[in-house]
Formats: sequence, structure tokens, C-alpha cells
Amino acid sequence: MENRCISKKRKAYMVLMRSLMLFSVGITCALVIFMIIYVLVNGLPNITWKLLSGKPNYIDGNIGILPDILNTLYIIVTALCIVIPIGVGAAVYLTEYASNKKLVSIIEYAAETLSGIPSIIYGLVGMLFFCQFLNMKTSLLAGALTLVIMNLPTVMRTTQESLKTVPQSYREGAFGLGAGKWRTIRTVVLPGCIDGVITGCILSIGRILGESAALLFTAGVAHVLNGFFESLSSSGSTLTVALYVYAKERGEFDVAFAIAAILMILTLLINFLAASVGWFFKKRRNT
Amino acid sequence: MKTKNRLFENTVHGVFLILGLITVGCVLLITIYLIVSGIPAICKIGFFEFLFGTEWASTAAEPSYGILPFILTSVYGTAGAVLIGVPIGILTAVYLAKIAPPKIKSVVTGAVGLLAGIPSVVYGLVGMLVLVPGIRTLFNVPDGASLLAAIIVLAVMILPSVINVSVTALEAVPKEYEYASLALGATPSETYFKVSVPAAKSGIVAAIVLGVGRAIGESMAVMMVSGNAVNMPSLFESVRFLTTAVASEMSYSSGLQQQALFSVALVLFLFIMLINATLNFFLKRNRGE
Repeated sequence: MENRCISKKRKAYMVLMRSLMLFSVGITCALVIFMIIYVLVNGLPNITWKLLSGKPNYIDGNIGILPDILNTLYIIVTALCIVIPIGVGAAVYLTEYASNKKLVSIIEYAAETLSGIPSIIYGLVGMLFFCQFLNMKTSLLAGALTLVIMNLPTVMRTTQESLKTVPQSYREGAFGLGAGKWRTIRTVVLPGCIDGVITGCILSIGRILGESAALLFTAGVAHVLNGFFESLSSSGSTLTVALYVYAKERGEFDVAFAIAAILMILTLLINFLAASVGWFFKKRRNT
Repeated sequence: MKTKNRLFENTVHGVFLILGLITVGCVLLITIYLIVSGIPAICKIGFFEFLFGTEWASTAAEPSYGILPFILTSVYGTAGAVLIGVPIGILTAVYLAKIAPPKIKSVVTGAVGLLAGIPSVVYGLVGMLVLVPGIRTLFNVPDGASLLAAIIVLAVMILPSVINVSVTALEAVPKEYEYASLALGATPSETYFKVSVPAAKSGIVAAIVLGVGRAIGESMAVMMVSGNAVNMPSLFESVRFLTTAVASEMSYSSGLQQQALFSVALVLFLFIMLINATLNFFLKRNRGE
């Protein structure tokens, strides 16, 4: 009906805009599908047990990525152990304690600034401060600490958002029963923000997994098999850094694709987890 | 008992305050470190020779440190990525926010989230093996590792940020505006592009600025596809960005060369701070309205 009473020009505009939109959505979806399929098709056949369980050996030319997998795990665990208390603490301060509006806006502005700084600058400052000034050398610990700074805004924001959903009446109830501020936070507020902490964890893991530029100069590129505490003080590459080294500097594209496929699967998993955590807690809150 | 309690509460308060201030401390640490380590080289080389010098030969016998090629490459590369990525991003966002049925919307949103989560080295790898040979054969140039390849990779990488922020902005447009437009006889397409998009203007500008920030700060993916030779930017020529200049020489540099790299990082940092300030301005305006 509407088609009959509008001019040709407007009809053309309508058709044009609609097709441009569909075209754009098509491109976006095609890109995602292409990336997933291309990486998996080229990578999955190259994932072998030997690759996963071995370490690089220059004598027989064997390439194994077990050290890189372990380094990634170590760095994730270390970074999370440090970033979670700081991030949650900062969020609690902002929502529960802070009465000075100016201070709040300064802290929030700082967090926004941190999340906009490119990772190569984190890498550089991490190298200058942790590796050289604090004399940690190129080590996983220096890398983990650099990542802590990078992920601080993420954990802070997700925790803050979930703290805001804890009803004010809960806090008043706790105060009314005679609990002090800290007791209220410990028993009422913190349990309420568990979903924010978990979401923050998952997002941080995703970011750490994908990070390379910040780790290149802070954690280094060695592929040495080490225990947890030894490796914290020695250089080691994570999966992403290993991918870069194998692809760009050594031209081992099979290994690079195998790592890319592993990373792609982990990314899929993390996105799925983050979505389902959000969905789970939303459902629990509503019932 | 009471004073002990109060002491305890004050201690807890203090601990949380310190945790809150760590963020500010980190920002100060980064800023001060970059300024302190970046200024000396600029002084030694000379402000204008450094910023507007067209030749970078850090390892030559007579080294020259002019970073204009890096600056221009970063600017052109970012502009190119925005030129390609932003229209696609905004059109996708309008579709997602206004037209898409809920099921399609959730699938596409998930896909966009995935695009955001893919590590940059994976983009670099795919770019290296698909884009670079593709450009070489398609345009018949000796090497496909070029500014064009970097622009395309960057355009893909800024898509998710542009789409997500734009969708949020478009969804916040009051429904009444659209109803009024429709009631006046505008078609849905006209309503979305002539009413909703202008109403969400500052949010969409914020999305673009965020994309600019992402593009100018990206290093690894760009490093893998741009060839990394110091040239004045040209579409089919191997180029070096501000970020890749730092990344590619840092590991073996020393002395003045290393200091010059810190100065490059400082320039990059200033760009980012400028972009952040712009972003905050538009986000605040978006929230205020």
C-alpha cells in the first residue's frame, strides 16, 4: 500500500539503503565465517600429539608447543591472582566508600585512559619499569604484571556494574542489624557481585590469550619447559607470541596455523562462556 | 572496643582507597615514564628534524631520525581503515538495532563479539597468507605486503568496536522520534537514516573515534602484513607505522636509537591521549542528552 503513494526517488532510496544494510551485514558475517573456517581448516590437521606434548628441539628439528601452552597458563594464573583483588577492591571503593565526587571521576577517567592505551606502549613501559627499573629481567612475572595493568579497567568495570545491581535495601538491612561497613561488604555486597568478577575473569583471560605486543618485550620469546616458579623468573613465550615468532620470523606456517586454530577454539569457548555466565546470573537474579 | 572497631574500619577504608588509587598510579607511571624517556632523544635530534624529518636510518653510519614517514603512514592507514570499516559498521549497526529480528540479531551480535575476540596475530597470519598474495596477483605488484593490506586488516579489526558502540547509541534513541517520523509518512529506511542516525549522532561519532584509537594503536597484525620498510606512505608500497617502528627495532636497539624509539612511543601516546579526550567528550555528551 505504501509503495503506491511514494515517489520513485524515495522508493529507490528505500531499496538502496536496505540493500546496503544487508550487504554490510553480509560482509560482517562472511568475515567471521571465513576467519573461523579458514583457520580451522588450515590448522586442525596440523595439531598432533607430538606438537602438543613436545618442546622445540633444534637437533632433530622437532617443534613442540607444550612450553608455550604452559607459559600461557602460568601467565593467566599469575595475572588473574593479582588483578582480581586490585580490580574488585577498586570497584568496591568506588561504589561503597568514595564520597569525594572528584576523586571518583579521576579514578574513572584513569581507568578509561588505561583501556585506550595500545598494547605496544604497555609493552614498552613494562620493559622499562618491571624489567629494567625493578630488575626483573625479561620474565613471565614482568609480563604478567604488565598484563595486570592492562586488564585492571576490565575487571573494575564488570565488578562495578554488578555492584550497582546489589539493591541498596540489602546494605541498609545489614547496617540495621548492627553490621559494620566491612562486615556488610564482606557478607552482603561481595557475594552479590560474584557474576561481575567471573565475567571480568573470563574477559581478562580472553585478552591475555590474545595479547602479543605487550608480551614481546616483557615476557620474551624463549620456548623452555619449566615449572611454575622457575618460569616466573625466566623468559617464556605465550601461544600468541609463539604464533608470531613461528609465522613471521621462522616461516613455519603449519605450526602457526595449528596455534591459530587452538587460539580460535579457545576464543569461541571464551565468548560462549562469557555469554552463558551473563545469561545464567540474569536468570538467577530474576527468579 | 569501640575505638578498636573504628580503627579496623578505617584501616579497611584505607586499603580500599589504595586499591582504587592504583589505577591512577598506573596512568601516572606510564605517562611519566614515556615523557622522561622520550624527551631526551627529541632534544638531541631536534624537535623539527625529529617530527618532520623524512628519513629514518637508525642503523646507518650517519644515523638520521625523522619520523614523518611513520606519522603519515599511521594517519593514512587509520584514515583508510576508517573509510572502509565505518560505513560497513554503521550500516550493520542500523540493521542490528532497528530491523533485525531478535534471533538474527543475537546470532550476528555473537559473531561480532567473536570478531572482537580473535587475537590480532591470527588476523596478521590470515592477512599474511590470504591478503598479501591476493594483492600481489590482483594488482600485479612485486610485493603484496603494503599499506593496502594493513588498511584492510585494520578495517576488519575496528568493525566490532564500531558496530557495538553504534548499536548501543542507536538503541538509546527514543522510540517516539521514530513513531513521529513514521506517522508523518516517512518510510522505515528514511526514518532510520534521517531520524535515528542523526539522533544518535554523538554515540556514533564516539564509535568512530574508538575505531580510530584501535586502528592507530594496533601493532602486531599490521607488522605482519605491512612489510615494515621505511617508506613514505603509498598504497602499494611496504610501509612502517608508529607502532611497528617501536616493535620492530626495540629488541636490538641501544643508545640514541633506543631513545628515539621511546620518543616515537611518546608521539603515539600523545595521539592516543588526544583521541581518548575526544572520545570522552562525545561519550559524555551522549550520556548527557
